[in-house]
Amino acid sequence: MRLGTLRKRFVSNLGVILLATAATALPAQESHVGNLDGHAPAGKKEYRRYCVGCHGPAGDGVGENAQWIDPKPRDFTAAVFKCRSTPTGTLPTDDDLGSSIHRGFVTTNMPSWLPLTGQVRADLVAYIKTFSPRWKQGHGTPIVVPPETPTTVESMLRGRVLFQKMECWKCHGPAGHGDGPSASTLTDSKDNPIRPYNFSAGTRFKCGETNQDLYRVFMTGLDGTPMPSFADNLKPAEAWDLVHFLRTLQPLKTPEAAAWKTWLQTHASTLPPIGPDAQQP
Amino acid sequence: MIKWHLMYARARKGARSTVFIGRAGAAAALVLSTLALAPPRATGVSPPSYHTPHNNAGPYAAMAIRLSSPRPSYGTTVPERYRQLMMARFNKALIPAFARKYNLPCSACHTTWPELNSFGQRFRDKGYQLGNDRDAPIWQNPSYWPVAVRTTPQWHFENTTHQPVDAVRGDPTSGTVERTITQQGFDLSGVDLLFIGTLHNNISFGFIPSSDNTGSFHLEAAYVRFDDLLDTHWANVKVGKFELDNLISEKRFLFLSANGGIYQSYHFVPVGDATAFGLGDNQLGLEFSGHSENSYTRYGVSVLGNTDGEVGFAGGSHAYDAAFTFSQAFDAGSLGIQRIGAYAYLGQRPTGFETSGGEPIPGTGVFNKSFQRYGVAGDFFLGNLEFLPLYLRASDDAYLGTATPGDQPLPASARSPKWNGGFLEAHYYVNPQFVFTGRGEFIRMSEQALPSTPSNLGNIDAYSFGYRWYPMMTSRAGLALHTEYSMVKTIGAAPLSGQGVGLPPLLADTPVWSRSLLFALDFAF
Repeated sequence: MRLGTLRKRFVSNLGVILLATAATALPAQESHVGNLDGHAPAGKKEYRRYCVGCHGPAGDGVGENAQWIDPKPRDFTAAVFKCRSTPTGTLPTDDDLGSSIHRGFVTTNMPSWLPLTGQVRADLVAYIKTFSPRWKQGHGTPIVVPPETPTTVESMLRGRVLFQKMECWKCHGPAGHGDGPSASTLTDSKDNPIRPYNFSAGTRFKCGETNQDLYRVFMTGLDGTPMPSFADNLKPAEAWDLVHFLRTLQPLKTPEAAAWKTWLQTHASTLPPIGPDAQQP
Repeated sequence: MIKWHLMYARARKGARSTVFIGRAGAAAALVLSTLALAPPRATGVSPPSYHTPHNNAGPYAAMAIRLSSPRPSYGTTVPERYRQLMMARFNKALIPAFARKYNLPCSACHTTWPELNSFGQRFRDKGYQLGNDRDAPIWQNPSYWPVAVRTTPQWHFENTTHQPVDAVRGDPTSGTVERTITQQGFDLSGVDLLFIGTLHNNISFGFIPSSDNTGSFHLEAAYVRFDDLLDTHWANVKVGKFELDNLISEKRFLFLSANGGIYQSYHFVPVGDATAFGLGDNQLGLEFSGHSENSYTRYGVSVLGNTDGEVGFAGGSHAYDAAFTFSQAFDAGSLGIQRIGAYAYLGQRPTGFETSGGEPIPGTGVFNKSFQRYGVAGDFFLGNLEFLPLYLRASDDAYLGTATPGDQPLPASARSPKWNGGFLEAHYYVNPQFVFTGRGEFIRMSEQALPSTPSNLGNIDAYSFGYRWYPMMTSRAGLALHTEYSMVKTIGAAPLSGQGVGLPPLLADTPVWSRSLLFALDFAF
């Protein structure tokens, strides 16, 4: 065989090898949670260990335990997520997903996976993103959370007015017990019954514990649920007012609750009612 | 564990007539049994054939003679004795009831069950609560019962060298010769019933009746735990009978065979020593513990009765033991979580009792003498490879070391026995359903209680290898195909695991090898 032929064959074979290598080296789904890079192949192993029982091997939320769970596990193939820092209708950031895994979801079967290493959580985020082609369009841009306004009784009173005006009470109930007139009719995007948050239960919020987290819920909405985004209806200062008022509905030792309780001792009788009988301001 | 417990129980029962230190004396009888030092005039030991004087009484026989019953009674018949000594290890905690309660697979809380991973450790630290409003019993379907059952049908092979047997079968008067004892066949483990759960928000409980393979039950654990006192994870109180907060748990490890199913370091006492204690034994008392939010930082301080977990004050006095543990874990990125910790146990055991009709009265121990166990341990991951090292330093008071009543003079030149122990265990997790295991463990006497005792008497080398395959991994039940080979070498004494006939060799410096091969179906529901 001539040397030229050998050379051509070598080059040809090398090309095939390089192409094959390039194909296999195409970047797998990645994530960036904090300063950690997550990798889907590693996440697949962890998903199998921790998540598959509820979310299912295909990520469609129909794992072997799903039938026993209420609320139902998230369907990752739909790529619709409640807790986001991004506007409604957009995908959450990797940090949002990582935070959800870290925090867990109160009042659901999803526990906090805090003891896992940050790397494991980042890998899980990367793998979760492999279940839906929606992730090719990228995540939304996080909203800006402005500095919190002063926590005053006046702010809480304004928030109380907004609670009535924005009809929050229809789902959450006049006292925030989650027992508004619409509560029993609510369903999520998969037609599963869903309950509005009961502020009087005193538990942390599903999407975080801080006032900033609550602000974010108003302004991004909980996609896939009846909770809409109020980004187009509330100004930032109004949203903070609402945050301050909602904190007073929780039986927690918060600055808002303390100030509200003190104020109520002398002004309770002056408060107009909340609900269908209340006069619109 | 069960076997060890039973051996102790038998030993204690057999030593009731011993005026000396009651239960502690019985324990001494047990360890003395590892000496092959049966004094020619020993009485009250059954079966009678084992009273046959050996030729190797040796210079250290003196301390054996101090006890009226230097050997434990293993029962009235040889077959019974064999049965008791051959039980594979068990009483390892995994609780599918939690998997059912929370709809999580076994692998969520276990590296491979029953060993806990970091998530399972936090769950346990929080009083078996996930903190997602599914913890309190009020959330559960009324038909939910917080109980899990675990048992292990098996085939196992046991082989122990240099065992004294009757020269003529069936003739206890024919003298004793050395033989290698080999036993094999199908068998059962004991059964654990694990009742563990929550009584209320932040109040949890544990209740574990555990049986040997004949169905004879004892209470392995029973406690109530109050979690998050003062609304902080750093303050939790547990009261009852429970496992010490060992960084490397013997209740949740991956070995089951007769020889491999215990950590030698957790149960070893020197030959002739009267200290009844095991770090691996559940203890009675109160534990105050705390942990960080993610349980990476953990501590525990315990005040414990000095009965080694025995109820009814058996073998106890008015003194208390204390145990201390601390560990810190680090997030090492893709390598995993690395944990290192230290532990200490400071205890006292009585060396005499008030008696009635010659019988020791439980709880009236006097002449307390001290002992210490302390060391460091770790849990390190290199990806799928896990290393579990442990180092132990131990010493007992000279009175305990020589089994001498506290109101009597010590033997000449008697001193505190001291020893070092440790092991390195490794697991390779192919995936959550397949793990290879291995362990090497060593115990070395650094100072015998009597200078005339050979320096290596009682030294132990132990090795275990195996794998566990979990063909299914659900949130309802667990099944593991367990294969394990373990071997233990003990110098001049019966293997701590008590395999074969569980007796020391005829020559005191002879290394006794005891080997186990186990194929088991380990299942829990």
